[in-house]
This record gives sequence, structure tokens and C-alpha cells, in this order.
Amino acid sequence: MTTAPPAGPGDIVKTAPGPSSSHPPSRRKLTGRALSRALPVSPAVILLLLFLAGPIGYCAYIAFTDLQLTGQAESSFVGFDNFRKAFGDEAFLNAVWLTLVFTVVSSLIGQNTIGLALASLMQRASKPVRTLTGAIVITAWVLPEVVAAFLLYAFFRREGTLNAVLDFLHLPSQNWMYTLPILAVSFANVWRGTAFSMLVYSAALNEIPKEITEAAEVDGAGGWRRMWHITLPMIRRSIGTNLMLNTLQTLSVFGLIWVMTRGGPGNRSQTLPLFMYEQAFQKSMIGYGTAVALLLLVVGSLFSLVYMRLLRTEV
Amino acid sequence: MRSRRTTRRLAADAGLLVVAAAFVLPLAWVILSSLDTKADLKVKVPDGITLDNYDAVLTPEITFTPLLNSLLLCGGGTLLTVVCAALAAYPLSRFKSRLNRPFMLTILFATSLPITAIMVPVYALFVQVDLIDTMQGTIFFFAASQLPFAIWLMKNFMDGVPKELEEAAWTDGASSFQSLIRIVLPLMGPGVAVVTVFSFVMMWGNFFVPFMLLLTPEQMPASVSINDFFGNKGTVVYGQLAAFSIIYSTPVILLYVLISRRLGGGFALGGAVKG
Repeated sequence: MTTAPPAGPGDIVKTAPGPSSSHPPSRRKLTGRALSRALPVSPAVILLLLFLAGPIGYCAYIAFTDLQLTGQAESSFVGFDNFRKAFGDEAFLNAVWLTLVFTVVSSLIGQNTIGLALASLMQRASKPVRTLTGAIVITAWVLPEVVAAFLLYAFFRREGTLNAVLDFLHLPSQNWMYTLPILAVSFANVWRGTAFSMLVYSAALNEIPKEITEAAEVDGAGGWRRMWHITLPMIRRSIGTNLMLNTLQTLSVFGLIWVMTRGGPGNRSQTLPLFMYEQAFQKSMIGYGTAVALLLLVVGSLFSLVYMRLLRTEV
Repeated sequence: MRSRRTTRRLAADAGLLVVAAAFVLPLAWVILSSLDTKADLKVKVPDGITLDNYDAVLTPEITFTPLLNSLLLCGGGTLLTVVCAALAAYPLSRFKSRLNRPFMLTILFATSLPITAIMVPVYALFVQVDLIDTMQGTIFFFAASQLPFAIWLMKNFMDGVPKELEEAAWTDGASSFQSLIRIVLPLMGPGVAVVTVFSFVMMWGNFFVPFMLLLTPEQMPASVSINDFFGNKGTVVYGQLAAFSIIYSTPVILLYVLISRRLGGGFALGGAVKG
């Protein structure tokens, strides 16, 4: 946490120019100044060290122990046992697979694509429709996680709205939460998260100079070609950062799934955060649960590093 | 040319309206159900509009205590976050140091870490240091988890305040703490408001943190207590659940509307939506 990430080959690591005055100030004055500048940062640093870096460090430690919730006076160091156990545990592999499905369906495909589609339709739509759609989609995003989860629970239940709509259209209805629980929670996450992509892409599309698209139009490029050859290349940085952030956010979704399905039926919507919770608390194996958490943290850190590289010029 | 443009606009409108219709159904459910004593899981227009559901949930036990707990937790957490972030952002924005860049990079890295992943070790740690089931422990953790993003945002807003005004104050003998309080913060009022509202909204909606760190029912904020509506107490009264959902969501929606113009660009907000 406290160390800067390693600099990649393309990274610009500049050291700030030293004090430029020709008379070097006395040492005491320097330490005094350094102190007065470090002092205001210290409350934040202390909080971050104690409550964020601390737990992360502790996480890295107990992942290698057999710490349990109850009935055990002390834990002992077990090396990589927890990790070995995880990779031989079908429930864990199931959770990895479901996390992958959840992330790909809801973040990469759902939020990202629908967000881009909405943003580009908004460029051409009339103002009232644009405002109305924007307000609805953003409301879904601003709602507290648990409330969003309830609304979608009601939507996907057998006696809920989705089936009522399907009946009305004479389409076959089914018990979504039972037959396709992971898709139900993925769609829930799309419903809740699309607004963010929509905002990101609206901002990006607004920055494309009008002349460029107009010129392409005059040259006879159709909508899809303009999208593929002009728009997408011009907003590729936004696409990158948006994908990273969506993925990171989706990796850590807990409340939404917990309220909708508790990870069930069985463990058919149990993504890694829910698996971690079950192992640590319902089965009292904190060491094992934490090992899973550490894996999640490592994957998250990798995404986070990519995200930083995308933003690097802005730091 | 003109008619083609009109057709295109109509097509775009139609497309957006279809999506809007799909998105609005769950929202329509919560609004209609909250006004309907016979609400079930389907969207339907109530026979008669009634406020009975609101009446039923507006009791200390169901609504006021959890909302007060939410207010204490999120208010405390936000205050701590904003004060620490403003103090930390100041030297980062004002003085050159070779530590700034590594510090900001670390902060950026931390903004996008999946905090959910560390809740199990945080729980274990809090048990050991006796912070489990305490409001202050939860507030500290809330503040720490929101701080990286708050510092990042605060520093960017602070960079927008010209340094010349402060230099004048310095020559008049003001300390840098005085110039932060008297000059910089007032000038970046809207920025401070964005950081404050954003931190508050994030904490208000957070389920997992209080779910893990608080145990006594009397201390639960609304994000967790809402769960009790469901399952634990026999049959679910969906109308009341909907009414409570609306009461609980209203403050954050209002706050969002308040700052939405400044957030509008969406992108100053990198790292904004972590769970």
C-alpha cells in the first residue's frame, strides 16, 4: 500500500527538481519546513495505514494460517495450504467461474455496451427524451445497493414483473431466479451500473469535434462505419478506463447478490465475495476465507495497475 | 438532408424510449407498491392510493432509529473524510516535493482496490482490537475506505484555485493553515461540497461494511436493517418494504441532484463507483 507501484518500461518517472535557490537553506529550517508540510497529511496517512493498509497486510498474513472463528485458541502457520485447498475445491472453482460470467456479462458486455449505445443515441435524440432517459438510468445508479437489489428481486421473481410482461407478450415465462440465477444477478448489475458508463461515454463523445464526423458523413461513411473507424478510436482511452472501473466495481459486488439470491439456489450465483463470506463466517474458516479474499485483492490490484497506466499522464 | 436528420432523431428517440421503459419498470414497482396496501411483486396500478404503508413504517423501531444510525455513521465518516482529505490535499497541491507523485499514485491505486475483499480480515482485526460492533470503529473504516478517492478529488479541485491569492496572504504573515481555511477552502466551496456529498452518498448506500462490523440490531443503519423486512419476520409486506425503500433512498437522490451538474462530466470522477 505504501510503496509506489513499480515503474514499467514506458513509465515516466521524473524526480521533482530540487530547491532552485542559490543559497541552500540551513538544515534546521529545512526539517522545520518538511515537518510543517508533512503534518497536515498525517491524519490521512494514519487513518489509511491503520484501517486500510493494516487490514491488507493482515489479510496477507492470515491467508497463510488456519485461523478459525471459534473453538481454537491460536492459529498456526500453514503456508500455501489454503491456496492449494482452494484450487482443489470445486466450490471455489465454481465461484471463480461464476465471477467470470458475472463480470463478463454485466460489466464488459452489459454496462459497457449499453452505456455506449445510450450515449451515442443521446447525441442524436431530442432533448426531452434525452433528459427523461438520463434521469431514469441515473436514478437506478444512485439508489442504495440494497434497494436496487429488492427492486430487481421483485422484477425477476416467478410472480414478478418480468414474467407478467412476458405473459402479456405471449412469450414463455420461467422462474428466473431458479433457472438462471447468475444471469438474473448480472442483469441486476447492468440495471444498476449502466449509468456510469453512459456518463463516461457521453462526456467522451461530446469531446469529438463535430467537423470530423461531418466530414466523414459527407464522404459517405454510414453510421456503423463512422462508429468503427472514427468514434471508437477517438474514445479508446475512455473505453479503457471505463472497462477497468466497471470490472473493479463488479468484482466487489456483494450486497446486490446477497439480497437477491444469497448466492443460491445451491451455489449457482455464488461469486467470489459471497464464497469468501460463506467460508469465513458460515463455515468459520477465516484463514481459508481470507486466502480467497487475497486472491480477489491480487486480481483487483492487477486491474488497478492497468487502470493507473491508462491514466498515467494525468497524475 | 433535413428529413434524413429528422428520421434519425426519431429513431434515436424510439431506441432511448425502449431502454427507458425497460429501466423504469423496477422503479415504477417501488413507487406504485408503496401506495398500495395490497402490493405484490408485480407492477400494477393500485385500486386506491393510500399512505397507509408510510404510516405503518414511520415508527422509531422501523424507520427513525436506523435512519438516525445511518446519519451518525455516514455523517461522522464524511466529516472525518473531508477534514483529513482537505488537510492532506493542501501540501500536495501547493508545495513541490518528490514524494507527491508516488503518494498520488499510491492513492490512485487505492481508489480502485476492491474493498469488499478485505472485509474478512478487517472483521478479524476489529475483533482483536475491540472495535467490533462499535460506531467509532465503523466510522474509522468508512473514512479510510473513502479517503483515497476524497484526497484525489480534493487535490484536483484545489489545483484549480490560483496560488497568487495565497501568496499575498503569506506576505501579510498568514500561516499556510490560515490560508487553507480562509482562502483556499472558501474559494473551492463547490469542490468541497462535491467531495462531501459524494462521500456521504457512498456510505449511505453501503451494505457490506456495517453488515460485517456492527452486530447489535439497535446500531444498524438503514442499509442493513432493511434486510429484516425480508424473510426474518414471516410474510413480507411488500407495500411497507417499498415505502421504506423510498424513504431511505430519498436523501441520496436529492443530494445527487444537488451536485449532479458538477459531476455531470462523469470523468473527473475516475474511481467513482466502487461498491
